[in-house]
Amino acid sequence: MGYIHDKKIKKLEVIATDIRQDLIKMLLEAGSGHTAGPISLADIFTALYFHVLNHKPKKPNWDGRDRLILSAGHLAPIRYVAMAYAGYFPKKELMTLRKLGTRLQGHPERLALPGAETTSGPLGDGIGQACGIALAALMDKKKFRVYCLMSDAEQQAGIVWESAMFAAKNNLNNITAIIDRNNIQIGGMTEKVMPIEPLRRKYQAFGWHVLEVDGHNIEAIVDATEAAKAIYEKPTLIIAHTIPGKGLKEMEFDYKWHGKPPKKDEAENFLKELRTLEGKIKSEHE
Amino acid sequence: MPINKSAKLARNLFNKKDVKRLPTRDGYGHGVLKIGTKNNQVVVLCADLIESTRSHWFKEKFPERYVELGVAEQNLVAVAAGMAIGGKIPYITSYATFSPGRNNEQIRTLACISDLPIKVIGSHAGVSVGPDGATHQALEDIALMRVLPRMTVLVPCDAVEAEKATITAARINGPVYVRLAREKTPVMTTSKTSFKPGKANIFWRGSDVTIIACGPLVHEALLAAKVLESKKIKVEVINNSTIKPLDEKTILSSVRKTKAVVTVEEHQVNGGLGSAIAELLGKKLPTPIEMIGLQDRFGESGEPEELLKHFKLINPHIIQAVKKVIRRKR
Repeated sequence: MGYIHDKKIKKLEVIATDIRQDLIKMLLEAGSGHTAGPISLADIFTALYFHVLNHKPKKPNWDGRDRLILSAGHLAPIRYVAMAYAGYFPKKELMTLRKLGTRLQGHPERLALPGAETTSGPLGDGIGQACGIALAALMDKKKFRVYCLMSDAEQQAGIVWESAMFAAKNNLNNITAIIDRNNIQIGGMTEKVMPIEPLRRKYQAFGWHVLEVDGHNIEAIVDATEAAKAIYEKPTLIIAHTIPGKGLKEMEFDYKWHGKPPKKDEAENFLKELRTLEGKIKSEHE
Repeated sequence: MPINKSAKLARNLFNKKDVKRLPTRDGYGHGVLKIGTKNNQVVVLCADLIESTRSHWFKEKFPERYVELGVAEQNLVAVAAGMAIGGKIPYITSYATFSPGRNNEQIRTLACISDLPIKVIGSHAGVSVGPDGATHQALEDIALMRVLPRMTVLVPCDAVEAEKATITAARINGPVYVRLAREKTPVMTTSKTSFKPGKANIFWRGSDVTIIACGPLVHEALLAAKVLESKKIKVEVINNSTIKPLDEKTILSSVRKTKAVVTVEEHQVNGGLGSAIAELLGKKLPTPIEMIGLQDRFGESGEPEELLKHFKLINPHIIQAVKKVIRRKR
C-alpha cells in the first residue's frame, strides 16, 4: 500500500494493543496453545493486515490478493485475531479456537478457513508452498506478492533450505519472507537448542536479499516490505527482531510462555497491563 | 480358454517371445505428455531423476511447465502444493523410496489434509529394480499411501494401463498416487481394455480360487492360471489396479463364488494389497487367503528375474499358494 504516515502508525499501534488483549482472551478460553509467539507478532500482523497486504477481507478468495502464508502453524492465534479485526469473520468466533467444529483449528487448515491460504503445523513446510504459489503466479503473469511468515526455530528444518535454494534459483522476487526472530523455542533459547546464526549471512549465501528490522516498530516493518518490492531477481527476507511476549513484562524473554496459554489470574493481570500501556490507554475500565 | 474376452487383452499375452515388453514408467511418460497437451494447467516437477522417471519427454515439449527441484523431495511436495493452490495440476516424480518415502509428512499435510490435486508418481517400485539393492526398491509405498484419507492409489499392471492411469489422474480432483516400475514387463492390456479408477478388472474367469493381483505381477498370475487350467483347477484372475478405493463389488462377487483367495503384489504383504483385501474380507466375507509378496523383509541386489524368483513372487509360487488355499477351504 506504500509508505505510512505518523497518524496511521499511531492508529495501528492502538490496534496492535487491542489485538494482544483479544489474544489473551482467546487463549484463556481455548485452554491450550502458544502464547509468547503470537503476542510478539501483534505488531507485524497489524502492519500486514492493516497496511501492507492488498486484500479484500469480505472476498477472501479474490484472485488479485496478496498471499500471506503462515509457515509456523502454531502462531495461528495471531493470524486469526488479525483476520477478525480486519473483517474476515466476526470477532466472537475467536472464542471457538481449538474447539470441536471450529474453523479456527489449533493449527490452520486451508479447507477450514477461507483466507488461511495453506495448511500449516509441521514446521518448515510454508516457504516451499510460498515458492509454488509465487512460481505459478509468474507462469500466469499474476502480479500479487507472496508473503511468508516463518518462526526462527523453523530454520532448523532441512526443508526450509531446500526451499530457500529453490526461491533463489527461480528468481522469485515476488516473495517476501519474514522470520520472527524472537530467540525462543519450546525447549529453550534457539542458540542453545540448535544455533541458527548467522542467519543473515546464511540467507545471503543462499542468494536472498536480507533486511533486518525491529519487529515492534510498525513504520520499520512497513518500510522494509516496501523496500522488498524494489528488489530485482531475488527473493527478500526480512529478519524481524522481536521480544517474545512483548508488552507483557512477565512473559518477555521467558521461553516457558512459548507453548502454554495463560491461566485466569494471569490473563487478568496481562489484560490490565495491556490496557494501561503508556500513551495507548483507552480506558482502564473497558 | 477362460480368458475374459470383454477385457480385450493382447492376443500374444502368453507368447513369451512375441509379447511386447515395456516398463510402466514409459506409460507414465507418454500419458503425462498427452494430458499435458490437452490441459495446459498440467505441470511436471521432478527431483533430479528426469530421465529415469521419463519426465524428460514432457520437458522436451513443454519446458516452461517443467520444474526441476534437485535432490529435495520434501520441497518437491511443498512447491507442488503451492502450485496446486495456484490452479496447477502438478505431477511430482521421483523414485518411490524417496517420494512418497522421504516426504511422507508433506504428502500427508500438504496434499491430503489440504486436499490438493497433487499426483505423486513413484517409479522404481518393487524388487525388480534389481542391482541397486534394498535402498532403492520401494516395498512399503502402497501401505504408506493407502492409509491416507483422500488419497487414491493406482498400481497399473502394464505400460498401457500406466498411460491411462496417468491421464485419468488429472481428472481426479484430489491427491493420487501412481506406482510404477523400472523394468520392462509384458504388455497385457490394449487401448480397448477398460480402465476406471475404483474398478477392478477380471482378466481370467474361474470358480475355484480368486487370484487378486496388482502391477506387472498380474502377468505371473495369468501364467499361473493357464498352468492350473491344464490341471483342471479353475482360478479367477482379477487385475486390481486401484488399491484405494477398493472395488468391493467385483471382489466380493468373485470371492462369494470361489471361497478362497490368493493375493499377489511386489510389496510387503503387511499393509499392501493383501492387507487391503484381508481387511475387506474380514469385515464382509471371511475367507482363507494366501499372500504372495515380500514377507516382512527387505530386498537386495541381483538381476530382476533372479530377485522375483528368490522372493517367491512368480507363477510357480502362485500355483503353490493356490493349491494351499484350496486345502484350507471350508
